[in-house]
Amino acid sequence: MKIARMVAIVVVSLITLISMGGSLLPGFDYIRQDRKHFSEGPSYEHWLGTDAVGRDRLARLIHGTRVSLLLAPAAAWISVVLAFVVGAAPGFAGGVTERMAKAIIDLALSLPWFFLLLMVRAMLPLNTSPAVSAAITFSVLGLLGWGVPARILLARARRLRQSEFVALARAGGVSHRRLFGVHVLPNLLPVMTAQFWIAVPVFILAEANLSLLGLGVAEPLPSLGGLLRDLESGLSVRSDLCNFAALFVLVVMVSSLQVAFMKHEVS
Amino acid sequence: MSLWRTLAKRLIMAVIVILVGGFLSAVLVRYAPGFGTDERQLDARLSAESHQAIRDESSAERGIASYYVEWLRKMSRGGLGDSRSMQKPVAQLLMERSGITLRIVAESLAIAWMVALFLVAATWSTHSAPLEKTCTTASGLLLCLPAGAVALLLILLNAPGYLALVAVVFPKVHRYLSDLVGATGRMSHILAARAKGISEHRLLLWHVIPAIRREILALGGVSIALALNAAIPVEALCGIPGVGQLAWQSALARDLPVLISVSLLVIAFTVLANSGADLLADERRQPA
Repeated sequence: MKIARMVAIVVVSLITLISMGGSLLPGFDYIRQDRKHFSEGPSYEHWLGTDAVGRDRLARLIHGTRVSLLLAPAAAWISVVLAFVVGAAPGFAGGVTERMAKAIIDLALSLPWFFLLLMVRAMLPLNTSPAVSAAITFSVLGLLGWGVPARILLARARRLRQSEFVALARAGGVSHRRLFGVHVLPNLLPVMTAQFWIAVPVFILAEANLSLLGLGVAEPLPSLGGLLRDLESGLSVRSDLCNFAALFVLVVMVSSLQVAFMKHEVS
Repeated sequence: MSLWRTLAKRLIMAVIVILVGGFLSAVLVRYAPGFGTDERQLDARLSAESHQAIRDESSAERGIASYYVEWLRKMSRGGLGDSRSMQKPVAQLLMERSGITLRIVAESLAIAWMVALFLVAATWSTHSAPLEKTCTTASGLLLCLPAGAVALLLILLNAPGYLALVAVVFPKVHRYLSDLVGATGRMSHILAARAKGISEHRLLLWHVIPAIRREILALGGVSIALALNAAIPVEALCGIPGVGQLAWQSALARDLPVLISVSLLVIAFTVLANSGADLLADERRQPA
């Protein structure tokens, strides 16, 4: 398992390095159209071929991976912070606050969040720019995805509140604020880190599903989900192995993220 | 607590969650940055009066609390309003489409659960490490695929679209079940029973599964929610005319009456499925 985790970390690092570095190179312009080559297979000029409007598939794949790799962790960060506010703090406070937080979390968990996501994303103004649409899509993912981490953080914070070392610190006269900041927070950080790494692949997949429906990151900005729409065009035009490049990168990245941070899941 | 009291308590909780959930979805839509924007306003063929009528139509939905209360009042009388984009009563649209979604969700859940249970039982009985590794790898791979991509791949293979729902539900059910069975199999009373020579089938059916029945029932409720969520991309991409496709089409058309009705229907179904699973699993009412 240790070897598998090391390989996964190397793969994630390589994909990150290529997507971040490659997107800065002048030759990889994701908007530029080659008007002589539409829907073509791999060639010397276009290693993964071109899409239906003559844009270089490799350049779009590199930029799309960068968009997903930058914004999915940002969304995960939002959801973990919200989970901390809704779950951890009331869990440590206990009493009515904890009961109210539990009810809110139960409500959030019973909502079909993909339906809500679809609704909110569909309501964006028609003239929203691609960069703003990408930021809003991932922000909404973060704003709606805090339910599960909040429940886990609440349970953990309650266990810490009832633990012997906290009772001892209280008996020793440690203030509530210091108790939380110095003794409880460091014990919550591993759980928060675990929830962060669990959320990243989940949000990448959610964005992929939204983009496949035309409600994710808007064109011409590429994202891994948006690039999967090439599969759809492949159904009507012709099946080309390069149509599957985005799917391949998505599966490799998500599976590597899951294997690489499996240790965190356990903690 | 008596059965009727428990039932009544859970029903009241379910109704509260459904109503609050419906209100929250309406609030989310109302305060989304582009609320009130209508694609028809870009249509240059429409006259100034028509543009004004469209603006008036969306301004009637601006006071979200009053709109929701009015919507609930209409619903209590059996009406859900009319769809702006499809020019049909929402109730009729839901009646036409919910049967299709329920059928494909039920079929896919049945297949996913049967395959997962069969594989877990086969791994338990044979103690085969290659089989276990193959199942884990397959479910891990499926977990890395978005439901929409699976749906497109199935279209490429000319396979029925609802199998994409199986591909979404199966890996989660299989992973959780195999973890549960594995953990229970390491418990001392199971080890003792095995040492006494009880067959693997008997161990699984009479000792392991009864011990994890509550978790299995809870997983049943969760898997219904999973399948319903995945139904949107699958129905939209595979052209299945169910509630998921309706949600997608009305989201694209910014059709608030349909969106609220669909979200309430899905919330109701999810909450009732989870409450039902909880009720069945409630240990306090199990015979001693």
